[in-house]
This record gives sequence, C-alpha cells and structure tokens, in this order.
Amino acid sequence: MTELTVSVVAVDRNVWSGPAKALVAKTPEGEIGILAGHEPVLSLLVNGVVRITAVDGSKVFVAVHGGFLAVDDNKVRVLAEVAELAGDIDVLRAQRALENASASGVDSAEKLAAIHRAETRLQTTTAATAVTLHS
Amino acid sequence: MGAQLRVYRRRIKSVKATKKITKAMELIASSRIVKAQQRVDASLPYTQELLRAISSAVSNGSSSHPLVTPNDSPKRAAVILITADRGLAGAYSSAVIKEGEALNALLLERGITPTHYLVGRKSLAYYKFRERAIVKSWTGFTDQPTYENAKEVGEAVLEAFLNDSESVGVDEIHIVYTHFLNMAVQEVRVRQLLPIDVVEATPAQEIEQLKGGGLPLYDFEPSAEAVLDALLPRYVENIIYTSMLLGAASEHAARRRAMKSASDNAEELIKDLSRRANQARQAEITQEISEIVGGADALSSASSGS
Repeated sequence: MTELTVSVVAVDRNVWSGPAKALVAKTPEGEIGILAGHEPVLSLLVNGVVRITAVDGSKVFVAVHGGFLAVDDNKVRVLAEVAELAGDIDVLRAQRALENASASGVDSAEKLAAIHRAETRLQTTTAATAVTLHS
Repeated sequence: MGAQLRVYRRRIKSVKATKKITKAMELIASSRIVKAQQRVDASLPYTQELLRAISSAVSNGSSSHPLVTPNDSPKRAAVILITADRGLAGAYSSAVIKEGEALNALLLERGITPTHYLVGRKSLAYYKFRERAIVKSWTGFTDQPTYENAKEVGEAVLEAFLNDSESVGVDEIHIVYTHFLNMAVQEVRVRQLLPIDVVEATPAQEIEQLKGGGLPLYDFEPSAEAVLDALLPRYVENIIYTSMLLGAASEHAARRRAMKSASDNAEELIKDLSRRANQARQAEITQEISEIVGGADALSSASSGS
C-alpha cells in the first residue's frame, strides 16, 4: 500500500515527521483530508488542529498556528510559524492565557490572536485526550 | 622586597586576572557556538520547504506579484545590517559595517539612496556617533535571536517596500550579515532580499526539475495569488531569521577567536613578566650578597689593620 510521507515543520524545528496513512488539516475554505495519491496542492492553513493517522493506526495531533500545506508525490509538508504536538502543550497555561485574554474584553487584534492560539491549543489537547480514552 | 620586583609582581597578578576573564569568555563562546549552530540546523527544514513552495507557486501561478517584480528605476533602497550588541568579538561588527559602507557607495553610484535598518547595538553606535539618519533599529537579542525578532524587522522593511510614496517607500531591500561557514571561517555577505530573484533563490536541483517539467502542477487554495501573498512575507522573515542565526553563530565564533588570542597574549605577557621578575629578584640577591661580602671584607681588613 502506498503511504504518505509527512513532515510538520515549525520555523525553528522539525515537529513531527514519518510515514502516515492520512492527514486532515484546516484551510481557509474548510477542512482538507489527504490520502495517498492526492493531487498536488499548495494551500494556506488557518489556526487549527492537524490530525495525522500514522501507519500503525495511532493518531498524532498537532496544533498549528497559521502556515501552509504542500502536497505532491505522496509527500505532505506542513509549514507553520508555530506548531506543537498535543503532548507538548501546557493545558493549564493555555487555559490561563484564554481567561486572561478574554477577561478584559477583546479590543485588539493581538488579543484576538492570543485567544485563537489558546483555543487551538485546547482543541488539540481535547482531541488527543478523546482518542486516548476511546482506545 | 625591591621596588622593581614589587611592580613586576603586581603586573603579573593583574594580567593573570585578565587572563582568567578572557579564558572564561572563550569557553562560554565555544559552548554557545555549538548551540547557535544547532539553531541554524533546526531552522533548515522550514527554509527548504518554504523555498520549494515559493518556487512552485511562482512557476505555476502569477509571477507579477509586486514582491518579485523588479522596479525599472529604483530610487531608494533599504539596507539591513546584522551586527552584535556587545564588543570583544574581534572585527565581527566592524566587518559588517564596512561592507555596509561599500554597499552604500555602490547604491549611490547607481543613483539609489540607501536607508538604514540596524540590528545590534554596535552598528547603532556607529551611526549615532556619525549622526547619520536611520529608519529603525533593534537591539538586545543578537546573541540569541528569535523568530519574533526577525518578524519585527521583516514587517518594518516590508511596510517600506509596499509603500509607494517617494519619500518613505523603498524599491530594493538588501541585507548584510556574516555567514557562518564553519568554526574557523565566517564571511560577510550581502544579499538582495527584495525583489526576490526566484531563480537565484531556488536550489539547483529544483531548477533541474523545473526544466524537466518535473515539478507538479499544484492546485492552489484558496488561489495562487492568495498563497503567494502569504508565502512571500514569510520568505522575507525567514531570510532575516536565518541571517540573524548565522550572524549569532559567527558572533560567538569571532568572540571565541578574539578571546583565545587575548588569553594567549596574556600568557605570553605573564611569561615575559615573570622572567623579568626573576631577573630582578636575582639582581637583588646578588646585590645583597656583594654588600654582605663587601661589609665583611671591610670589617676584616679594618680589624687586621689595627
């Protein structure tokens, strides 16, 4: 069976790379799912969770804050300014950040961005925990 | 103890103290080079993928984007200098500043007015002292730059580039930084950031692929223009980030080298001074002996004479 070669890279490091069966990411136009044999795509990504199904069936969740998705020849590359694996996210810190940012009212683009970032992080951990509970 | 000997000893003590400091700085710099190099390596995958994405976007999509179209009659250019915050790094900062001066002259010759964006306290001090106009400067992070720092610089120059007005906007952006080749060799490089020369920016193997028609035809989402719009600023930030990382690595390497020769010099000085101190000590002893002998001689000749 053909499989995807996935690499998730942030500006300052390689976040995750390896073979995978499928990948789901969030673009400005909605979610996009990639399986082996997908046509070449170059797409923008919005803040969201990238879900990767590894070859052994395990799932990997990555919080991605903006960036790009490039697919060609069964190679999938996710480029993000900031990307974090679900396991690396500090849930309490994200919750605190969310509370802090929303408490004083959303009055600037910066605050909105902070809220989005915290929300993305929390979504990622929630999705990851849900999967662990199921299995 | 003789006055001369005391002076020597005092100097030896002070040189030894200096040597301890330079030795410590040398060791710190050595360990930081490795870290800085790791940061450069860690940023490579992103840079490669970004370049790949850009070259395919440009070759597939529109190449009339303002960031890739050269201006026929450029009037003003932005020059970014990447220097250090702290001294004691040999010629690291001054080499960049000198190259910047050469670039200024070159630009003026072409009828372009250079405007300056400075990174690092050293270049800022140089320009301030000469009371030259600068557009913006950033300090305080040169030995450990983060992507946020690069982003700030990138935003400032992009804003100037996209500004059409004659007095504020620029038509070209150049960056002067020190390229870290290896522990022993670093060289100052000048690079044109914008307008992007896509062919030059593309790695050689990609060009082969393009020529062979091997690069896939991408589907763009939402559109080629939108993707390119978002990609190109990232490219600029990325180049600035990479230059800062390379600069930081070079800074540590330059500091290590400067501190190593300072320690070596101190060592040499200590050797020389202790030789002289020994000589002075010997001379003192000799003098004392001859005084005693002379005294005893005088006494014995006085007593035998009586």
